[in-house]
Amino acid sequence: MRWIARRLLHGLLLLLGVSVLTFAFTEIAPGDYFDEMRLDPRISAETVEALRSRYGLDRPLHERYLRWLGSVLRGEFGHSFAYHTSVGSLLWVRARNTLLLTGLATGLAWLIAVPLGAWAAASKRRWVRALFGGGTSLLLAIPDILLALLFLLLAVRTGWFPVGGMASLDYPSFDAWGKVKDLVHHFALPVTAMTLATLPVLVRHVHASMSEVLRSPFLLSARGFGIPPRRLLFRYALPVAANPLISLFGHSVGSLLSASLLIEVVLSWPGIGPLLLESILARDVHVVIGAVLMSTVLLIVGNLLADVLLYAADPRIRVES
Amino acid sequence: MSSHAACGAREGEPEALLQVRDLAVHYVGAGGEEAAVLEEASFDLAVGETLGVLGESGGGKSTLALAVLGLLPPNGRVTAGRVSFHGRDLLRLSRRDLDQVRGDEASMIFQEPGVSLNPCMRAGDQVADVARVHRRWPAKRCREEARAMLELVGFDDSDGVFGAYPHQLSGGQKQRVVIAQALVCRPALLIADEPTASLDATTQAEIVALLRDLRQRLGLAMLFVSHDVALLHSLVDRMIVMYAGQIVESGSRDQVVLKPSHPYTRELLRCVPGGAEKGVGPGRPRLPTILGSPPDPARWPPGCRFEPRCPDRLESCGARRPEPRPAGDAGTVRCLLYDD
Repeated sequence: MRWIARRLLHGLLLLLGVSVLTFAFTEIAPGDYFDEMRLDPRISAETVEALRSRYGLDRPLHERYLRWLGSVLRGEFGHSFAYHTSVGSLLWVRARNTLLLTGLATGLAWLIAVPLGAWAAASKRRWVRALFGGGTSLLLAIPDILLALLFLLLAVRTGWFPVGGMASLDYPSFDAWGKVKDLVHHFALPVTAMTLATLPVLVRHVHASMSEVLRSPFLLSARGFGIPPRRLLFRYALPVAANPLISLFGHSVGSLLSASLLIEVVLSWPGIGPLLLESILARDVHVVIGAVLMSTVLLIVGNLLADVLLYAADPRIRVES
Repeated sequence: MSSHAACGAREGEPEALLQVRDLAVHYVGAGGEEAAVLEEASFDLAVGETLGVLGESGGGKSTLALAVLGLLPPNGRVTAGRVSFHGRDLLRLSRRDLDQVRGDEASMIFQEPGVSLNPCMRAGDQVADVARVHRRWPAKRCREEARAMLELVGFDDSDGVFGAYPHQLSGGQKQRVVIAQALVCRPALLIADEPTASLDATTQAEIVALLRDLRQRLGLAMLFVSHDVALLHSLVDRMIVMYAGQIVESGSRDQVVLKPSHPYTRELLRCVPGGAEKGVGPGRPRLPTILGSPPDPARWPPGCRFEPRCPDRLESCGARRPEPRPAGDAGTVRCLLYDD
């Protein structure tokens, strides 16, 4: 428990460091949110300067950082110039949508990857190996963005699926069953695209890790005691193979916010992806910094989760304290 | 033998628990070439009897042990023969039926106890799991059975061992846990492939004493594979000697060790430390060895397989294959010296 507290403290320091760095990096990038206004002849230079000073952009870097830090403590995470609202509330809604998509897809991908990878590793049939190798290579070779575009094409051509959004406009008027149907309808494509994008890496890791464990002598020994094949695979081999997979799981939790950026943009998912893209282009810096920080938080949580899970799953790494 | 009496099930001669006839195994190499690593292996094992399998590494003794319980590696395959156990041919059973025999009626233990246990499971759970799979008892009953078995294999602190993970146990302790796994369902047959080879001398003696004791208590028949002549002589009732994939000699332990018939057995015994020449220190004669090395399984010599290394070879040995023939009291030998 003290170990977890220490890890959390480390995480906090890391966040502070990341925030300083992102601040510095956005400073290095040329221009700011109000630069575009300068091009508009109807807006005078004084007005732009007034706006800049109103938002404190004329202050030195450290002063702006400290002001931002103050707003973090108030839970606002700075101010979005484009949306005229606090970054906290803006990001929260978008992050929730993204997490809904990636959480569902990642969960689904893991649920498929573990049995599929284990089965392929245990199979002695040549066609299974060939199909597995070919299939994962193919999926691995297709870039996310192409996958998303293919699904977009599918939606547009067939008309079977909505081309974007998370729910229909008249969603609130549906009854409960209608709402479920509408959600499934909207989730189907993005979740499938996302699952297919994450699946090949996971399933390959499961396969590699299981193949290695399946060669260990303890499985021959267990087979000699009549442990049936399925139990051998999932109860005996899988926990031993889990060690690298748990680290990978931590990583996939850590990238929940960032993994779907491209797919969200292409399939118009109201998540963090389109918002981030917009904010970077417009130099709406606080939104960018907020999104980066959120990703960092998830990364820290993912790693911590992986370590806790490893501790629980693998007796060999439990150190006497 | 007293162990027979404990299990004399039917009238007449002692029932053969395990009957192996003309067992042959091929291994397929990486390039697709086949090697006949085991040929014409035949032997009987009576209820409660212990049979030793003696030979150098590469002689086919581990292959023999593995093939009996269908545990050959993926590139190994039985090409001929019959393994009848309790009246059933194990070679013709489905995987599911074989899994019901293994661990329940016959178990196998291996050379390296260090890697024979699941590193992520508590020792006791591994014992209990074998019982669970075969007996389908409730979990509590399985744990009790496992605990009792751990006590039987010599753990005083069975609770402590039950909760320990393999990496917390010593080599000897691990082998005891493996033995507990093997015997928790009280099988009639235990196949042991060099179970003490990786242990230090003291631990080795303890494990052998334990096996001797358990054999007596449980009426266990054993197929004990080893390269250690002295160990086998102290433990087994009968012995078979293997060389280059063939059984070259069989007989009672005293006959094989004290009055060996086959030249290979004689050579093997000559190489045992403490035999003819004692001590290996400076100035002492070196430990004798058998000249040459065992032949390559992909290219067996055409006649007798020991002929190239045999000190007593005859003209005809290089061309004629010797067949097993009776020798001594109920033994066999595969050598042309005994051809008339």
